[in-house]
Amino acid sequence: MVQSPASPNSFRLGPALIIAAVVGIAAVAFAYTAGWLSPQRLTPKKLVAALAPPGGPALGHRRNHAKGICFTGTFEANGDGSALSRAPVFAQGQYPVLGRFNLGTPDPNAPDATVRVRGLGISIKTPDGQEWRSAMINAPIFPVSTPQGFYELLTASGSKDPDAMKKFIDAHPEFITFLGWAKGGPWTGSYAEERYNSLDSFLFVDGSGATHPIRWSLIPAAQPVSVPPDELAKRGPDFLEQEITQRVAAGPQRWSLVVTEANPGDPTADPNKAWPADRRTVEVGTLTVQQIEPERDGPCLNINFDPTVLPSGITTSDDPFPAARSAAYSRSYNSRTAEASHYPGTETGAR
Amino acid sequence: MTTSRKRFAAPQRLLHWLMAICILSMLFIGVGMVSTITSKYLTLVQIHKPLGIAILVLALIRLTLRLIYKAPPLPPDLPEPIKLGAELSQYVLYALMISMPLIGWGMLSAASYPVVLFGGVHLPSILPLSPTLHTWLWRAHHYLAFAFFATILMHVAAILFHKLIRNDGIFETMAPLLTRNQRNE
Repeated sequence: MVQSPASPNSFRLGPALIIAAVVGIAAVAFAYTAGWLSPQRLTPKKLVAALAPPGGPALGHRRNHAKGICFTGTFEANGDGSALSRAPVFAQGQYPVLGRFNLGTPDPNAPDATVRVRGLGISIKTPDGQEWRSAMINAPIFPVSTPQGFYELLTASGSKDPDAMKKFIDAHPEFITFLGWAKGGPWTGSYAEERYNSLDSFLFVDGSGATHPIRWSLIPAAQPVSVPPDELAKRGPDFLEQEITQRVAAGPQRWSLVVTEANPGDPTADPNKAWPADRRTVEVGTLTVQQIEPERDGPCLNINFDPTVLPSGITTSDDPFPAARSAAYSRSYNSRTAEASHYPGTETGAR
Repeated sequence: MTTSRKRFAAPQRLLHWLMAICILSMLFIGVGMVSTITSKYLTLVQIHKPLGIAILVLALIRLTLRLIYKAPPLPPDLPEPIKLGAELSQYVLYALMISMPLIGWGMLSAASYPVVLFGGVHLPSILPLSPTLHTWLWRAHHYLAFAFFATILMHVAAILFHKLIRNDGIFETMAPLLTRNQRNE
């Protein structure tokens, strides 16, 4: 038996307060978790907004690495990676690849010769349905050591304060090492002549469950030819896309995938710090780019090259960047796919 | 859809409380993960996906149990608007428990993300790659999550109202244990 209900007219303050308190506390906890009570928290929204040029982001496009061109091809594993990682992608065999050559700029119309950083996004699928995605760049190190530092770099470079960059460099002297490459490193006339580096450290997990901290690079088979940037500027705003299209049409282009294993004590958490050149490397296979397709109708347009899409046998390390990139890429993807009608010339964009 | 039983059957009660923990965790994980770029982001996302599928499976079991065991009747003296609210809220909660995981799964599929549960275990894609579908599902997942949390807050407020103010026995239909007072009666 239950007790007879109290008269609805006799309002009791105590129970009403308890109800209000329970609901109120839950709502505040939820708001705190969502970051609404922490304006200082570096959210994906803030990080992505900081990438946008002064006029706002290019709608329908990736918020960074906005200019690019799709490719398809294969990854042929030679089997040597299996000693380091049990990921099926390293078992000897040939696996389909979808990828994208791109430029590190939020402007999809930037002239090719004006963009220092060139990148390559890749997705490799194995027959068991697993997938490995990676987004690499040609710089040998990342500009800064932490995601917070990257946010400060974006804020400083977009700032109207003439001293902003100087203040940023004072706080992040590691940026000077990057500037050394940006100003003094060679430029090439082709996506096919670039070396693309993971920069971030990941862990390979081998068959025994042991982990190996590693980084990887795609090393071009094509001989890089250094071309000064003012020479490249004369080749037209889209010379990289035109060149790679013609080059691949004439014959497939290849890179070897080389994995570098860290020694104990090497900085895995800081992609701004290169590892010493004598570290053990293993060539694990060959990427072959067989066909180029314009991004507009290409298979890479609606793919997010999220570097945390990893097969079993590869995991993230103590490097904080893959998580930050994944969070930001996801936000960028959600925004740009919702703006698909702004992307020029697509099936949906034509409407 | 009621039974003469005074309480929900034991497996129904077990599932209710287990799912209460899962769903509240899920909502906090969801709203937390999209607001951070720290390594917590990946940890939370890695929990979010398998937990969502677990909730879907539990919700389907629970719906089956509900059809088998039915629900205890509401007190006959309950005012009509409250009765309506009680019944409606159950439909809303069941709809959300089942649709949210499916929307999440569909949203990942429409973006061509692999739906990895753990290790090498992943679910098949249930939708083709489509920015339009992805956008609809992503927005639905986002707004329904807040609606879900608001519904749960109302659910909690309502049950506390039934227990603390009306003390009409509705709380006891789902209570994990009976209080000594009621056991003695």
